[in-house]
Amino acid sequence: MKKTWYAYPYLVWMTIFIVVPLFLLLFYTFTATTEEGIRFTLQHIKRVCEPIYLMVLLRSILLALICTVVCLLIGYPVALILANKEYSQNKVLALLFVIPMWINFLVRTYAWMSLLGKNGLIDMVMDFLRLPPVQLLYTDHAVVLGMVYNFLPFMVLPIYSVLAKMDKSIIEAAEDLGADYITVLKRIIIPLSLPGVISGITMVFMPAVTTFIISRLLGGGQYILIGNLIEQQFIVVGDWNFGSAISFVLTVIILISMGIMRKYDREYEGGAIW
Amino acid sequence: MVEEPIIRLVNVSKNYDGTEALKDINLCIRKNEFLTLLGPSGCGKTTTLRIIAGFERPDSGAVFFEGKDITNLPPYKRKVNTVFQRYALFPHMNVAENIAFGLKIKKLDKKTIERKVAEVLELVNLKGFEKRSVDSLSGGQQQRVAIARALVNEPEVLLLDEPLGALDLKLRKSMQIELKRIQKMLGITFVYVTHDQEEALTMSDTIVVMKDGTIQQIGTPEMIYNEPKNAFVADFIGESNIIPGRMLKDNLVYFAGHEFECVDSGFERNEEVDVVIRPEDIKLVPVGEGMLQGEVESVTFKGVHYEMIVRSEGINWMIHSTLMEPVGSRIGLRILPHDIHIMKKAAVK
Ligand SMILES: Nc1ncnc2c1ncn2[C@@H]1O[C@H](COP(=O)(O)OP(=O)(O)O)[C@@H](O)[C@H]1O
Ligand SMILES: [Mg+2]
Repeated sequence: MKKTWYAYPYLVWMTIFIVVPLFLLLFYTFTATTEEGIRFTLQHIKRVCEPIYLMVLLRSILLALICTVVCLLIGYPVALILANKEYSQNKVLALLFVIPMWINFLVRTYAWMSLLGKNGLIDMVMDFLRLPPVQLLYTDHAVVLGMVYNFLPFMVLPIYSVLAKMDKSIIEAAEDLGADYITVLKRIIIPLSLPGVISGITMVFMPAVTTFIISRLLGGGQYILIGNLIEQQFIVVGDWNFGSAISFVLTVIILISMGIMRKYDREYEGGAIW
Repeated sequence: MVEEPIIRLVNVSKNYDGTEALKDINLCIRKNEFLTLLGPSGCGKTTTLRIIAGFERPDSGAVFFEGKDITNLPPYKRKVNTVFQRYALFPHMNVAENIAFGLKIKKLDKKTIERKVAEVLELVNLKGFEKRSVDSLSGGQQQRVAIARALVNEPEVLLLDEPLGALDLKLRKSMQIELKRIQKMLGITFVYVTHDQEEALTMSDTIVVMKDGTIQQIGTPEMIYNEPKNAFVADFIGESNIIPGRMLKDNLVYFAGHEFECVDSGFERNEEVDVVIRPEDIKLVPVGEGMLQGEVESVTFKGVHYEMIVRSEGINWMIHSTLMEPVGSRIGLRILPHDIHIMKKAAVK
């Protein structure tokens, strides 16, 4: 593509908000300030590799993976239904899905707190059914639930847009050749929608692995994920070097997983472009 | 002897929110025939095909296959296969996988599938293309793969929706011949959709001329061409001069300011009619010899013949002739009685 002058504001924007922060991140990660001045060091990275921090990192990745899988299991059928001509003709279903997204993220998460909390709606229902109350708030379940609820649209939308763009005559051709719906789904729809699935996975996994608000609100004050750890270092402890080092490690992990995804995606490129 | 038609449409109607795509269609398709649905764009050809394939349900009426009602049978249970207008090949599979799709669903063993794929590729002149990806193929080759993918299932009926529409003229001509050869060789019933009258005339055993969701005429290419049932069919099948006229009595018609002998009868006295005359049926003669005379307004060379517009009696006559008369010259026109086709006026809507 030809570079033209009207791309300059974008370049300036990119420089200020992406390139400069990245250099700052690298700077803080690999330097230490001593009496003699600023010098290169790997001590912060080494500290990230201590078991206590690694455990937090692993737990964050595990929860984000669970969240991604659940989002995929719920999101794919939802995208299928939304992309189906008969259902999408009445807009109610799409609206039901979209309206919650218009509400502020924090408000939605607070709403879950009151649903899950003591004397919340769920406790009331359990009480009504003469069942013992369940402690959901401040558990892993609540955190995963909050993540799934907030990030589900990021899974649904890319899959939906691939499905909606899919050439209907390809599906008809498969039916014409004797494939029932399950076969069409397995052999045609799912393989052709993989690019959407992959970008959905990426778009859910990344915010899920870095979240700190959902884990704080639904996991409670003691609940530490990698996002909370980073936030703590910058805001509470004030150790910008260590905070940067954790961010750096996390960024590397995300970049690697994105690279793997992209490679996988490219193998299916024939399905993405036609 | 009455032979059971392989497909029968009975009083089939179809509405798409408001548009009447098909109005009360009745159609019999005989086994092993090459039947063409012919008509201008939007007349309901694709809809008819989709109802036979099972992708659309008729709002009313029924579809029979070998005498059994299949109106509500889903597409994957029907013994017909379709070649789609835009090929609809599976983009994530190579040529062989595309063709094998139907066979794998039937759970044939690997050896048989391989053999059948190779056979059908040979049939459509694509030997050795097994491993090619479909988007590396030209339009004509993709078309052949689409045909092979349908044929390999040995359907009783093959439905083709303007399969040659996207190809250039030369390729289209050779594919027409190839399709006809395949149809003869395999003895499969073809239901073929086109808006190209020439294609329909060269390939078909039976032509169904459609307009605005109704069938105008069903017949052999010769019948449709020589005895069009109404002015629309006459005009659509080849070019025609269509002139308003009046039937004076049996075998005598008045048009263009003269009385002409003709061979049609059975009309009311003084009934208003359409007179249809083919451009090649008007003979150029010296002035004074024919019934009409006029002045040549334009001449176009068309390869085999000249197309001339001659103005006479306030009408522009289109004439095809291998002889050329220069623009501006005065000539006589002769029309023989059996070349005058009288049609009932189309019902005014
Ligand atoms: N899915 C559809 N929704 C609404 N209208 C349709 C649909 N398919 C066809 N039609 C309408 O039905 C009529 C017949 O269409 P079609 O069978 O595709 O014609 P043809 O194939 O002869 O060009 C047209 O007026 C077309 O606009
Ligand atoms: Mg059509």
